[in-house]
Amino acid sequence: MTAARQGAPGFSLGRFADVILPKLVITPTVIACLVGFYGFIGWTAWLSFTESRMLPKYEWAGLVQYQALFANERWWASMQNLAVFGLLFIFVSLAVGLIMAVLLDQKIRFEGALRTIYLYPMALSFIVTGTAWKWILNPGLGIEKLAHDWGFSGFVFDWIVNPDYAIYTVVIAGVWQSSGFVMALFLAGLRGIDDSIIKAAQVDGASLPTIYARIIVPSLRPVFLSAFMILAHIAVKSFDLVMALTGGGPGFATDLPSIFMYQHSFTRGQLGLGAASAMMMLFTACAVVMPFLYSELRRERRG
Amino acid sequence: MADLAHASSARGGAGFGRYVIYAILVLMALWYLAPLYVMLSTSFKTLDEIRAGNLLSLPGAFNLDAWRTAWGSACTGVDCNGVGGYFSNSLKMVIPAVLISTLVGAFNGYVLSKWRFRGSDAFFMALLIGTFLPFQVVILPMAQVLGMAGIESSTGRLVLVHVIYGLQFTTLFFRNYYVTVPDELVKAARIDGAGFFRIFFKILLPISIPTVGVCIIWQTTQIWNDFLFGVVFSSGEGQPMTVALNNLVNTSTGVKQYNVDMAAAIIAALPTLFVYVVGGKYFVRGLTAGAVKG
Repeated sequence: MTAARQGAPGFSLGRFADVILPKLVITPTVIACLVGFYGFIGWTAWLSFTESRMLPKYEWAGLVQYQALFANERWWASMQNLAVFGLLFIFVSLAVGLIMAVLLDQKIRFEGALRTIYLYPMALSFIVTGTAWKWILNPGLGIEKLAHDWGFSGFVFDWIVNPDYAIYTVVIAGVWQSSGFVMALFLAGLRGIDDSIIKAAQVDGASLPTIYARIIVPSLRPVFLSAFMILAHIAVKSFDLVMALTGGGPGFATDLPSIFMYQHSFTRGQLGLGAASAMMMLFTACAVVMPFLYSELRRERRG
Repeated sequence: MADLAHASSARGGAGFGRYVIYAILVLMALWYLAPLYVMLSTSFKTLDEIRAGNLLSLPGAFNLDAWRTAWGSACTGVDCNGVGGYFSNSLKMVIPAVLISTLVGAFNGYVLSKWRFRGSDAFFMALLIGTFLPFQVVILPMAQVLGMAGIESSTGRLVLVHVIYGLQFTTLFFRNYYVTVPDELVKAARIDGAGFFRIFFKILLPISIPTVGVCIIWQTTQIWNDFLFGVVFSSGEGQPMTVALNNLVNTSTGVKQYNVDMAAAIIAALPTLFVYVVGGKYFVRGLTAGAVKG
């Protein structure tokens, strides 16, 4: 940026290479970002203010789609499901991930092998995860039958086909997939903590649980934030897992906004309503992620 | 590096506590492995064995019929040609999409760290925010644009879409790495008369091979595992593997062949599992780097 100024003013090969070339190289990405993200968000927003059904229409119609959306019981059911699934998924994944990271941090033999086992689900597609768990949770052939074979003949585990509990099966599969990754984040955070603080605390006679509770876990705050953001992001956009596991059913018991959006936009010919629900998903994601992103960035500037 | 481990083993060191820790860790390992075991053993069973046995029972003999059916003749929706064709669709989509997005991301990271211009930081910020968007908010216009652009092939569409929405991550990885490379390196090269591309190919790219690895692993898993773009932007025989698997598993016609479902699921998982096993260390590093930064 500074060395570029030496050349003669006006056009020269050096000036082209130093000033124009870098911008030329990054231009396609700038266009992709401005059009593919921000432009398309605007476009979706516009669609959400029209009466588009099978085909997009571009005449302004005000808030009709949002009124329809807010009057739609299925939408509220899907938002409620998202709240239940999201909160449990985030909380359980964080808890399991943290506990496992702390345990793995105790100078464990075979740590590498265990870590590999905990992490491999992250490499799988949610479609694969959903397929596997659909089979395991199948009441006729899965865990329920296993318990019967073991002699617990009264055992019932039919959550996946029970509208009251089906959403919890999504939590089970989601946690299975993501908690190992949270563990890896926490483990990296634990390894990055300065030993001298811990040694000092030990000299002062603090017990290991106290050291964890008072010093180590609080200093993992940034990791908590990152993990929270990622899990919240996964929860809001969760689509494939539910599609493969329950297809949104039984009934609409595991319907999520992402499925609502997909079905109204692509199978029910309700583009306007689909766009409005997509905008609400965007707002939900922003509401969750922005405060954390903001505090993160502010700290980065200060530090 | 953390002598915390030392400290803790000295503390909680002896006896009972250690056994409890190991017991919990092993139980957790079994819980993570259980679905893989169940998938594998089910895929080798016959349907009769599945009905007679249970989840954990071993297959009587190694029966590869389910795998053959899954690959060549299982019904995914209307047609019954197995998932083999869809598997190669995914390959044809993943390879170009990963290579293009990685190369362009490397150039972007180079520009954003070593050739900053007015607005480059703001642009980087705009790109960073993009990593958190739910893609539902862009798929309707994307479908319109792809329709207008007249790209008929499903593979072409998916490569384009995956490159566009993968650039944010690849740019992020490379930018965050190149920021740590001293500017003096670039300045010295320029005094010696090296230009934009020469500096990139001769100096920066060679020292960023680990980042290239992280990027390729990340993009491969993301693109191979994608379902939303696949189901929206492809159709018929051009669909990727994840969509075919979902169609197969959720087909309601005929007798449910669980062994075939499981074989197909493993086929769908193999490439990313392979990448994970081969590039394991980088995979973790890539995930955590991508996560912590953003």
